Amino acid sequence: MSQRRSDPHITWDSFSEGLWRNNPVFVMLLGMCPVLAVTNSAMNALAMGLATTFVLVASGYLVSLLSRFIPRQVRIATYIVIIATFVTIIDYVIQAISLDLYNSLGAFIQLIVVNCMILGRAEAYASKNRPMKSVVNALGMGAGFTFALLCLGGVRELLGTGALFGFDLFGPQFQPWVVMVLPPGGFLVLGAWLLLFDWLKQRREQKQLAISGEQTNAV
Amino acid sequence: MQSDSLIFIFLNTVLANNFVLAMFLGLCPFLGVSGKLNTAVPMGIATMFVMLVSSVCAFAINKVLVALDIEFLRLIAYIAIIASAVQLVEMGLKKYSPTLFRSLGIFLPLITTNCAILGLALFQTFKEYNFSQSLVYAVGAGIGFILAITLMAGLREKLLLSTLPSVTQGAALSLMLGGLLSLTFMGFAGLGNL
Repeated sequence: MSQRRSDPHITWDSFSEGLWRNNPVFVMLLGMCPVLAVTNSAMNALAMGLATTFVLVASGYLVSLLSRFIPRQVRIATYIVIIATFVTIIDYVIQAISLDLYNSLGAFIQLIVVNCMILGRAEAYASKNRPMKSVVNALGMGAGFTFALLCLGGVRELLGTGALFGFDLFGPQFQPWVVMVLPPGGFLVLGAWLLLFDWLKQRREQKQLAISGEQTNAV
Repeated sequence: MQSDSLIFIFLNTVLANNFVLAMFLGLCPFLGVSGKLNTAVPMGIATMFVMLVSSVCAFAINKVLVALDIEFLRLIAYIAIIASAVQLVEMGLKKYSPTLFRSLGIFLPLITTNCAILGLALFQTFKEYNFSQSLVYAVGAGIGFILAITLMAGLREKLLLSTLPSVTQGAALSLMLGGLLSLTFMGFAGLGNL
């Protein structure tokens, strides 16, 4: 058991991993269903991101705490039940805080259960690391997820309605680009973000290649 | 047409409110297994079967939960049912078609975390469908999923033969394709006002 556990120290990297290098949405492409379904406004995106972060952190903590007591054969089923418990809690909490928000998110709060990112982190990280380290990592992953949702929700709301978080930005002359808040907009905006990141990555690699080429020429 | 008639429910779930392209459910297999037609179609059929089984079971278990007044356990009960249904399909496939079982690989157990299936069970509960309506809803959702994943696989096989800029290779292109398909399916939205 002890060999399976990696370095017990909490480093900055265990938090920042999820923010950028292994961003769950832009790099690992996990948990796509809520990413596309609820990001038609920035507010929905923020609420969804926070709810998912809560489930991620709470289930990460519990899974990591219980990992040595869970038999290997039934671990996935156990993780799912743990996740479903926390999702039920957050479902009732959102219902109590804001009924409007609850209605606009609809069944997608309950569908957090089948967000593959959460199960993936429980299996790949929380079950192999200490509770506090898993919590830090889950916080980073949640922040990265929320950031990605905001990127999508912000762009879609801005183009589709001309507003951001409900505040009108472009004035009455703006012709809303309605397709952006409709389903195809979700696919197109996420596709565009991924293209942008791929393009940046390719440009950086080419620059590095050019630099190393110059160095060999100089030698 | 009545909005709770069986034909309306069927057409609505297959075309106008397609689970994948209009409601964003079941995107992981839609993007993950749609590379080749001869794995995409069996995956669609397996998913449809799980949908049918879990829809019937979810209908029954919801009756029990409501009768006992413990509806807060719904989510946990549904996910347990779906996991068992997937296990059933997995064992069946392993026995009757081992080649198919191997070609689907990890994506078969991952049907458990396919949100289309849990979504189906939850939506039929929210919409308070009766038994025959739930059954038609499940068949419609399954056929809609097969339709979407088959179209996507066909498009991606065609794209393999064309030259593309190097940046667009990978997930970004699949998402753009999904966007175009979704745009096409929005044309069916007018059917809702029949």
